[in-house]
Amino acid sequence: MKALRNYIDRIKPQFSEGGKFAKFRSTFGAFETFLFTPNTVNQGGVHVRDAVDLKRTMTAVIIALVPALFFGIWNTGYQHFLAIGNNAATFGEIVCYGLIKVLPIVVVSYVVGLAIEFISAQINGHEVNEGYLVSGMIIPLVMPADIPLWMVAIATAFSVIFVKEVFGGTGMNLWNPALVARAFIFFAYPTKISGDQVWYGAEQMADGFSGATPLALAAAGTYNPANDMNAFLGFIPGSIGETSVVAILIGAVILLWTGVASWKTMVSVFVGGALMGFVFNASGMSCLTWYEHLIIGGFAFGAVFMATDPVTSSRTETGKYIYGFLIGAMAIIIRVMNPGYPEGMMLAILLMNTFAPLIDHCVVSRNISKRLNRVKTTK
Amino acid sequence: MSELFSKKNKEAFVNPLGLNNPVTVQVLGICSALAVTAELKPAIVMGLSVTIIVAFANVIISLLRNTIPSRIRIVVQLVVVATLVTLVSEILKAFAYDISVQLSVYIGLIITNCILMGRLEAFAMQNGPWASFLDGLGNGLGYAKILIIVAFFRELFGAGTLFGINILNYECIEKAGYQNNGLMVLAPMALIILGCIIWWQRAHRKELQEK
Repeated sequence: MKALRNYIDRIKPQFSEGGKFAKFRSTFGAFETFLFTPNTVNQGGVHVRDAVDLKRTMTAVIIALVPALFFGIWNTGYQHFLAIGNNAATFGEIVCYGLIKVLPIVVVSYVVGLAIEFISAQINGHEVNEGYLVSGMIIPLVMPADIPLWMVAIATAFSVIFVKEVFGGTGMNLWNPALVARAFIFFAYPTKISGDQVWYGAEQMADGFSGATPLALAAAGTYNPANDMNAFLGFIPGSIGETSVVAILIGAVILLWTGVASWKTMVSVFVGGALMGFVFNASGMSCLTWYEHLIIGGFAFGAVFMATDPVTSSRTETGKYIYGFLIGAMAIIIRVMNPGYPEGMMLAILLMNTFAPLIDHCVVSRNISKRLNRVKTTK
Repeated sequence: MSELFSKKNKEAFVNPLGLNNPVTVQVLGICSALAVTAELKPAIVMGLSVTIIVAFANVIISLLRNTIPSRIRIVVQLVVVATLVTLVSEILKAFAYDISVQLSVYIGLIITNCILMGRLEAFAMQNGPWASFLDGLGNGLGYAKILIIVAFFRELFGAGTLFGINILNYECIEKAGYQNNGLMVLAPMALIILGCIIWWQRAHRKELQEK
């Protein structure tokens, strides 16, 4: 460690202003920050001191994503051996297959996204931000295991360039980059992201094996309630990270414990979804009960990791309730009432991302007029 | 002859093609640019129609410019444009029926195209017929140019064809895993491609960048 530090200190002058590689100082800075805590301090003025910076926040989210990732790797292999009718696969074989399927997607997402981040930081002379570390991990988790890698690359490039860099980089984006990457593939290559064939990595399905996800079954009205426990634990086909509610809840606990995500958003998404699911179930429009709506598909994943994104969600405290509730409600409405889209979570979150600034604006101006009234009445 | 191609006249023609492009710099006529650019053929027909209509509307208004009472000039301009649009629309229906069906209302909506009213108000009302003709031609072609660029990318990557001729839809390409991009056919992608063109243009032309 000491040797590494010394080495970095030795080459540092070459990357500083006027040095031989001054052009690459963003890249150098990024690697230095990645390896060590930077020793730069603020000069003059009063600043808030806090141990939590962007790097630490992002690390917390990554740790929270790890259970979902590990379960996703295992489940990819499990679903594959189930699909080809091989029940004798050992744990090792399952994980091995899952790794072969999932790791390339993670690598492609990181390489493409970070390359664009580095290049654009280099061009603009900014520091490279840690923001992409999380997006780059969420993107693979919302993809099916069979997605062609070049599509992942294009979708990642599209979302990083047009959703993030164009708006000014980390912290300035209007929409969640990982969701836009998914939405891009959803509209550009619809056959590769949903349907019966994309979850297993199997050319040939075993006889009598149905490839549909629980949501597709629900849309067809043939969902079997005996499946609930499997759906909760995650032994169902679906995007890599979204299937296991248990793994996601572990992530949720980490996020809430570290204070990265807001419990207000998270809870109100579930409340909105449950309420809407209950209404649709009671009126007979959906065969799923309210809790089934919450455990199948990407609902839990979206509620925990996507809706709570501090950049794209509402920032006012009251706004968080409204924002979250509308996401939950909207997701179920799209699921039940739009036959073209069996899953509504992605579209619901993107829609509410768009409206989050408006919600904030309304909350703030309402607060102002309330206080004004109070001043007037006391006079 | 030198009079006809004086520096001012040349600028009236050349400027709208690049530095003062009606679509990428003035950001006019966007709605039709989004609507008709899913394929090259309708985009070209649309571009040509607009070119012809702007050029001749400019000439007519320029000839009439001293006799039009300024309070009713918009009405007069609209009548002239509407006449020309109707002519073009009828000609298309007679000789290129398929494309006129594809373009549907957008030919009729040329009447409301902001580029037209802009040119009539800003140029034809103050300049002679020849200069106005060149200005109209330049603006129409500047509009057509952008439409064709956008349509080229949308048709190539959205449908895998150009002018309806197969370019990318072969079995060996599909075997390699390539698929046409469904998003290209939808309107949002036209906006994004247009944004990229504006981005590119501004990056290369220092005089277009605000400080």
